[in-house]
Amino acid sequence: MVATLQLTEVGVRYGKQEVLSGVTTPVLKGGEVTAVIGPNAAGKSSLFRRIAGLLDGPGDIRIDDAALRPGPSPVCYMPQDTSVNTVLTVYEAVLLARKQGTPRKVTDEDLQEVDRVLFSLRIEPIAFKGLNELSGGQRQLVSLAQVLVREPKILLLDEPTSALDLHRQVEVLALIRSLAREREICVVLAIHDLNQVLRVADRVMVIDAGTMVSCGPVETVITPTLLQTIYRVDGRIERCSRLCPHVIIDGPLEPA
Amino acid sequence: MAHSPAIAMVKGRGAYRVLVQRKKLVLLALAVVLVLSVIADLGLGPARYSMHEVVLALMGSPEVSEQISVVIWDIRMPVALMAVVVGAALSAAGAQMQTILNNPLASPFTLGISAAASFGASVALVFGVSFLPWAIDYIVSINALIMAMLAALFIHFMSQRRGVTVETIVLLGITLVFTFNALLALVQYLASEQALSAVVFWTMGSLTRATWPKLAITTAVVAISLPLFMRRAWALTALRLGDDKAASFGVNVRWVRLETMMVISLLAAVPVAFVGTIGFIGLVGPHIARMLVGEDQRYFLPASVLSGAAILSLTSVISKSIVPGTIFPIGIITALVGVPFLFSLIMSTRRRAW
Repeated sequence: MVATLQLTEVGVRYGKQEVLSGVTTPVLKGGEVTAVIGPNAAGKSSLFRRIAGLLDGPGDIRIDDAALRPGPSPVCYMPQDTSVNTVLTVYEAVLLARKQGTPRKVTDEDLQEVDRVLFSLRIEPIAFKGLNELSGGQRQLVSLAQVLVREPKILLLDEPTSALDLHRQVEVLALIRSLAREREICVVLAIHDLNQVLRVADRVMVIDAGTMVSCGPVETVITPTLLQTIYRVDGRIERCSRLCPHVIIDGPLEPA
Repeated sequence: MAHSPAIAMVKGRGAYRVLVQRKKLVLLALAVVLVLSVIADLGLGPARYSMHEVVLALMGSPEVSEQISVVIWDIRMPVALMAVVVGAALSAAGAQMQTILNNPLASPFTLGISAAASFGASVALVFGVSFLPWAIDYIVSINALIMAMLAALFIHFMSQRRGVTVETIVLLGITLVFTFNALLALVQYLASEQALSAVVFWTMGSLTRATWPKLAITTAVVAISLPLFMRRAWALTALRLGDDKAASFGVNVRWVRLETMMVISLLAAVPVAFVGTIGFIGLVGPHIARMLVGEDQRYFLPASVLSGAAILSLTSVISKSIVPGTIFPIGIITALVGVPFLFSLIMSTRRRAW
């Protein structure tokens, strides 16, 4: 059986202020990719932090992992990128992520997994660079390596591609897509580029002003109406010559 | 590039193992420096002995005179070893303060913990007032310890409040330094002439106060604290990647911080309680360690301990060599020697260390 994640009436409170409420999802299964979209400051990051257990709030988060393993949690969360000045090499930083909550000693298996992940993200050439020497995009790839190396069953990615160039974006999202299928990982990712969402996601959850507006299959949720109501832009969804849907933006919505 | 994935992957592992070996070699080199420094320390004093004589005396060889043996074992040994454990304790405390407060300026000295301890000690020295009435034999040390812990806890809880930044913590520490220095001055003003000289001598820090029981207690504190830190090595390293990331790795950030801060205050206070204020070791030791081995706590902590111990031991050697026959208070020398050394390291290293 694959790992599953289900949210029921989940919310987040900072003190008395409610920043997110009423997020309810169907059962999200391993192998599926769910994209979380919405304007800036809509509450996406709060939702991720809540699911990851870093924030308190009302509601029920049900995580089922049939092969409930002892040791590290099946949920791995990649926060939005923050710059660090730690004197560690990329290799050490990724190994470090792997060793949290596991026996102290570094095994051959640990090193093999680090190597595998670095290679899959094609960052093995910078493996022995210092974290403080990396570009923003490289740092983001290292963060991604840090969650992948933990062999997650449920993977929460908060804007994993925001600092990457186009090639890397496509490559990384394709990797996430294929890892989700191969390893039956339940992926939830926040992402702004709707065209990427159309390419990578099975399901979309729309968060706006602290509430969940809709949640469903990609093509039923991403519509011209969504563009108008949530993003206040005029746009169309059209199929290209290869019959893939694309979002085409015509311009900002004229103020009524 | 036409390289096979398998080869590239094995390369990574191999390179990592080489890196680890290099770090272990650095630790070994630091240990060698430390041992040589201790031997030199034992040989220096009003009477100077050669390294050869010291080693023979240490091995209990009948070739050296009884007198040399007595001087080395009974008079100089506690002082030399005290330099080692005090250096180790202060440096470890500084290293972990820098880690949990995410701040390169953190050390027991800069954040006011040493100043608090000095104030506690001065109250005992001048008024004979004990913060714990039943601990009359060790009032100076116990008072210093209590004040240091209070200061450490204050810093800790203030740093936990929302919106508190790295800069705020440093400012807070500076206010503590000024507050306790003012209180210390007040106590000095009220003190009798005899008590005053005791307080002044205290604040300068001197290893000559070392005795075997004090050495034993300090050693015990270090011996208890270091395994506690090592047990948390992975979690502490993760803290340096930011709270969010550490928490996302499953680290109980709050608990690890609090636990570490408690151990730090013990590590910082006990040496101050016994040998007075010795600054800069807690700042310099960890920075040297960071430049040499990076921040993987499995190597960073031992390297901090060894470099702190080696610096204080070398300082002890220097404090005896400047004017033969005179031993300068070591607290004065640490700053004068440690700071230019750190400065040259910072300027010569290409890698940015913060």
